[in-house]
Amino acid sequence: MTGEREADTLERDFQHTVDADQRIEPRDWMPDGYRRTLVRQIAQHAHSEIIGMQPEGNWITRAPSLRRKAILLAKVQDEAGHGLYLYAATETLGAAREDLTQKLLVGKQKYSSIFNYPTLTFADVGVIGWLVDGAAICNQVPLCRTSYGPYARAMIRICKEESFHQRQGYELLMTMMGGTDEQRAMVQDAVNRWWWPSLMMFGPPDDASPNTEQSMRWRIKRHTNDELRQKFVDMTVPQAEKLGVTLPDPELRWNAERGHYDFGAPDWDEFWQVVKGNGPCNAQRVAHRNRAHEEGAWVREAAAAYAEKRARGLDRLAQQQLATGGVA
Amino acid sequence: MSVKSSWPLWEVFVRGKRGLNHVHVGSLHAPDAEMALRNARDLYTRRNEGVSIWVVPADAITASSPDEKDPFFAPSGDKVYRHPTFYAIPEDVPHL
Repeated sequence: MTGEREADTLERDFQHTVDADQRIEPRDWMPDGYRRTLVRQIAQHAHSEIIGMQPEGNWITRAPSLRRKAILLAKVQDEAGHGLYLYAATETLGAAREDLTQKLLVGKQKYSSIFNYPTLTFADVGVIGWLVDGAAICNQVPLCRTSYGPYARAMIRICKEESFHQRQGYELLMTMMGGTDEQRAMVQDAVNRWWWPSLMMFGPPDDASPNTEQSMRWRIKRHTNDELRQKFVDMTVPQAEKLGVTLPDPELRWNAERGHYDFGAPDWDEFWQVVKGNGPCNAQRVAHRNRAHEEGAWVREAAAAYAEKRARGLDRLAQQQLATGGVA
Repeated sequence: MSVKSSWPLWEVFVRGKRGLNHVHVGSLHAPDAEMALRNARDLYTRRNEGVSIWVVPADAITASSPDEKDPFFAPSGDKVYRHPTFYAIPEDVPHL
């Protein structure tokens, strides 16, 4: 009985802290479900950053200028960094890095489905920056105020850096739109292919998202999927007009009454197919990650062996100094 | 030869610029201190965020209990006289 009462008190104190918009820190008591939800969500987010290096990394060797190559390299390097900030946040919850890496490699944990689409032309690099990173920013800005401290702090760093990603993408597209008819057609084609997958990045509609309510109560999530999707559409339409591209949705129009754009529903069957592993690049992305992991094994082993050898050497040196009565 | 399957965890502290304290920014894995410093530079200072980095083995840190009502901090709770606002001074006394 006392145990139960104590658990009740702990849970009440926890929810009280969350409701007061205070942050939960690593060594605080937290419900098991909260910890599990966070580890799953943050790991999935970290995996997305790591897998997310591939679609754009595909164009580094073929970037059209040294300027574009340097920018793209910096951007892909940032994605790796974002993955590491997030893995570090999961470790504060007791998760082990190798365990999460392993789950990604064997397909037991997922990453954002957006990265299962191919990058067919260099315009895709620009559209990913503009739409995919734009959607990511919409999702991530509210997470800077998420209830778990280490996650919120990682998101603050990430959001600052994502802003560069989105702007470089839009600038790339503006440059292409100022080029030849062929280049403009390339941009439009890339927009047509990436628009719907970008809208799917916010997840299924609210009535098909059973975990949202609990996550909102814990203030892990601050807005529902549909709210964020609407916000993204409202932000993006004027940017598309300025750029001179159309968005491939016949139902897209301003609704003065609502003060928002109306838009059509993404193809949710396609969404679930890609989530289940049947997207155009699922197998390729995971196979590539496995190959990179295996090919890096000797580096990890060599570094560990060197560190161990040096630590033993230092140990011996210290013992010798002790034996000879002091520091030489 | 036994090779450790994972590298140890290091906590990273960065001094943003001269005159400021080192502040905790996150953690990372590295096989030794030297590599931890290099990784920290690549991970946490890609945009001139720092002029100096400390790395500390995570298991070398000793922390107080996280409880907000921890009696550990009670000694300072009732000593309002440690704050300058505790003392009433007439408004017309200058420079005080």
